[in-house]
Order: sequence, then structure tokens, then C-alpha cells
Amino acid sequence: MEGRVWKFGNDIDTDAIIPARYLNTSDPRELARHVMEDADPEFPQKVAPGDIIVALKNFGCGSSREHAPIAIKAAGISCVIASSFARIFYRNAINIGLPILECPEAAENIREGDKIRIDLKQGLIHDLTTGRTFSAVPFPPFMQEIMDKGGLINYVQWRLRKQQGSGT
Amino acid sequence: MTIAEKILARHAGKEHVRPNDLINARVDLVLGNDVTAPVAIKEFERIGVETVFDRDRIALVPDHFTPNKDIQSATQARIMREFARKHNITYYFEVGRMGIEHALLPEEGLVLPGEVIIGADSHTCTYGALGAFATGVGSTDMAAAMALGETWFKVPATIKVEFKGRLRPWVSGKDLILYLIGKIGVDGALYRSLEFTGEIIADLSMDSRLSMCNMAIEAGAKCGIIAPDEVTFEYVKKRAKREYEPVYADEDAEYEKVYTFNGSDIEPQVAFPHLPENTRGISEVGDIKIDQVVIGSCTNGRLEDLRTAASILKGKKVHRDVRLIIIPGTQEITRQALREGLLDIFLEADAVVSTPTCGPCLGGHMGILAEGERALSTTNRNFVGRMGHPRSEVYLSNPAVAAASAVAGKISSPEEVL
Ligand code: SF4
Repeated sequence: MEGRVWKFGNDIDTDAIIPARYLNTSDPRELARHVMEDADPEFPQKVAPGDIIVALKNFGCGSSREHAPIAIKAAGISCVIASSFARIFYRNAINIGLPILECPEAAENIREGDKIRIDLKQGLIHDLTTGRTFSAVPFPPFMQEIMDKGGLINYVQWRLRKQQGSGT
Repeated sequence: MTIAEKILARHAGKEHVRPNDLINARVDLVLGNDVTAPVAIKEFERIGVETVFDRDRIALVPDHFTPNKDIQSATQARIMREFARKHNITYYFEVGRMGIEHALLPEEGLVLPGEVIIGADSHTCTYGALGAFATGVGSTDMAAAMALGETWFKVPATIKVEFKGRLRPWVSGKDLILYLIGKIGVDGALYRSLEFTGEIIADLSMDSRLSMCNMAIEAGAKCGIIAPDEVTFEYVKKRAKREYEPVYADEDAEYEKVYTFNGSDIEPQVAFPHLPENTRGISEVGDIKIDQVVIGSCTNGRLEDLRTAASILKGKKVHRDVRLIIIPGTQEITRQALREGLLDIFLEADAVVSTPTCGPCLGGHMGILAEGERALSTTNRNFVGRMGHPRSEVYLSNPAVAAASAVAGKISSPEEVL
């Protein structure tokens, strides 16, 4: 995947990603209309499908709301790169199939507006604007398996089928 | 093994686990609320199983936007209500019987020592106060656990935090946790289990322990745990809905880090906008005028908190430029506060008292801030826009400081108004 970068700082919390005043709905399109609004009020208008978010440490801290990665995904963001993620956000992103990469070096060096190309399988990030390449922390095999199956629900379906299969 | 490691090992059917192991563990309770459960229910239905794994081990609590604030939130609450009826969920708590989830479940005896509890709410970590491994997850995790009765975990490393000495007057569990977050930062315990010990913890009431573990997540932690003791057993004795087995750390447990603080040095803490780590002792706060004070939430809406607030508000009036909103955590806490005359003290002081709800804590309803307004709140988060307009401000404190400040019209220590 390839896209244009929007850059954010440290500790971007889930209230900034999708403010609680919009949590009276769980409709992804509705949520996408307010994505990152409290961090940057113009963001929902500026963002285009395929864009990439790059942030510093502890991205997604705060509440457990899955509405946060859902809003980001529904807005068309193709990947989030950060120095580190808050743990529930990390888990949620994997579970719903929003690609994320943990890479402090990339997070610090990539600038707003850069064009970057990402190879998810290898965890490689190429900054096409500066010509630099970064490699991200690879996922543990178990999580890779959830993602390969397209998220946790598909993974659970697959597991249940396997159990039933061995029971008969 | 540490407490968290040992509880997880038992629930995974393993002799031993170490930090960073990926395990599948049985869960004793799965929790959801009116914001997170509707998303989980949709995912649950995608899985295609007929029934939930155990209708006695799921708790559904409509507390965030209830009593419903608008048509959309009413629609969300209805999804959860209908699911609860269809699957005959034992612990669905309707308005009138509900409370803020993390005040309610301990009170109902649904979270017990040695258990593994997951909740689609980040403050699920509150139940560590009872010696449980309890952690927040997302809605999809909740859906999978409702189907399977188990979930995956990465075993966290443990940081031990010891508080020595004695607490000063007007200092509570809330101050200890704010102090810690101020020291280590909002990602100071990222992915870790926090184990709280020391003389001060042994002396802490259950209410204070609950508010302390509640904010473990504000340090990035996966859970915060206090080993069960007499205080714990006294609390769960009359309440426990299930058998349980307390778990303690081994003598040779390995901690990634140990922090030791002298609690006698800690004064009431105030967290400045816009992160819980921006803490200062009350003597360092300076002159900060406020428009609104909120006493409530899953952090500080328990009986001890209301008693403390009442002890300060008794015979006084809320400052004319301040709105004081008091929200007891559960129906039972409201009734007890009524019996003890606390509600009357609040009303006489010109506070408003609400039925249990998360309400203003997440900027939902019942006390939203306008642009430029400033609140002091006993809740747990002061992020940008948390309580309303993105250009409003939230300061965090314990209930004593909150009550005193409501009287003074600016952030103040209890001593200043008594
Ligand atoms: S009171 Fe606040 S922090 Fe607690 S569960 Fe409700 S919204 Fe979350």
C-alpha cells in the first residue's frame, strides 16, 4: 500500500480519535465523519482514502472503545504507524483488521505530507519522499494468524469449525 | 510467579507462565455496557453460535448514556436489552437496578479474588482491588469471549509499587494513584501489571482500593492488583455470587521493576489538563477558578467518597459561580446515602444529585462543559474535550478537594474551607 502521511504527536487518546459525544451511534460512516476531530478539527474533511497516520508514543490510550479503530478504518486510513500503541487499541486494531505497525524510528523520522509505501508482510516502510527505509517490529505468529484470517471473528469461526470437525 | 502470572497460569491450565507468553485463558466474567456491547452483539451474531457460553457469566450494564439521553442512545441500549432477554442473561441490570458498572459489579459480588475478568471497558481494571486479574478489551474481544468463554492474553510483566508510611489527612487511594501516574507517566506501565503493596495499602478501605486500581489504565497498565487480605474477605463475604480461590504472589516472584514511595510525603493531588500525569500537590496548584465540580464516576462515586464530600459540605453552600453535580455510583449507594442523610446535606448546600450514570465523566450528558469552561472532577480522565467542548478544561482530584473547591469557587484544599 501507498499513501500520504498525516502526522500526530504523543499520547493521542481515544477521545481525540473519536470524541465520546459521538458514541451514541456505532455506525462506522457516522463515526468516520468525526475521526480525529478533537486533535485536528479539519481532519475529517482533509483525509482521503489510502492516507496513513503516523504518530509518536502511546497512540490510542484511554478508553477501550472499538469505535476508535473503526472510525479510522471507515475514514479510509490504510495503516497507522506509531512509536508505541496503547494496549487495548493495539488489540482492537488487530481484531477488526486495521493494519498497524510499531516502529519508533519511522514514527520519528517520517514527516507530515511524505508519501510512503508499506509492505505489511515484511514490516517494511519506505519513505518515498526522503528515500529512507524503516523496518517495524514483526507481529507474533499468533496475531499474524488472526490477521491472516481477516480478524478475530473469522478466526473464532474457523476455530469452532475445527472443534466441531474433531468432535464428529 | 506474580499474582497476575499465577492467576493467568491457573486459568490457562498451565503450571507456569512467564511474561510475554501468549496464552488462551478461561474467563470468569465478561462485561459490556451500552456503548461497547451493541458493537459486540453485532460481532457475536456474525460468529454464528446459537447461545452464549454461560448466561451466568456475562454482565450487561447500561450506564453510559442512561437513562437514555437521546433517540440514538436509546436505540443502542435497546440492542443490549433485547440481547439480554433473548439469551436470558442473568446479570443484565436495567435502569433502576443499575449503577456505574465498576461500582456495581463489586457490590453485587460478581468479581472475586483469583478470577479472570474481561470487560469491554478500559476501567475493568478496577476489580484488581479484590485480587482479580481484570482488564479492559474491545467489543470484538467481548463478542468472542461471549461465544467461547475464553480469550487470548499476552502475559504482562509485573511492576511492584510499594507505599510505605501513613496517609496524611484528606489523602486517599485516588491521590496515591495520581501521584504514581505523575511520577511514571501515562505510559509508565504500558502492557504491565501493577501490584500495589505496603503498609498504606494494607490500611486502605475497599472503596479507596477500588478507586486506586480503577486508574491503573491511566498509567497504561493492563491491570492493577492488590493481594486479597482481611479487608477483601470482609467485603466479599456477604456478596460473593460464586466460589472463589484467592491467589498470592510467590516468594520468589520476579518483578520487572519495584517502586517504593513514602506515602507520608504525599499530599492531595490535582491533575491538570490535558493528561492525568500532569499532577501537582494541592499546595502547588495556585489560583484556579472553576465553573463546575463533579463528584462521582467509577473512580469516586462510592459511599466513602460521598461521606467525605458530605463532611466538608455540611452546613456550607456551594460558591455562587459554581455548579456542583454529585452522582452516586449505584442505586444501593444512593439509598445508603439517603439513609445517612448525605443527600440532604448535598441538596442543602445547593448541589444537584443525579441518578447513577457515567454522564459527564465522558462528556455524555448531565453536565457538559461549554467552550472555555473549567471543571474539577473526581473522575479519571482529563483529555481534550473529555467533558464537553474541545476548548474546555478538566482537572482531576479526590472528593475532599472537589467538595472544598465547590465551596471556595477555586481549587482548594479541605483545610482552607473547614
Ligand atoms: S464513569 Fe467514566 S470512566 Fe467510569 S465507566 Fe463510566 S465513562 Fe468510563
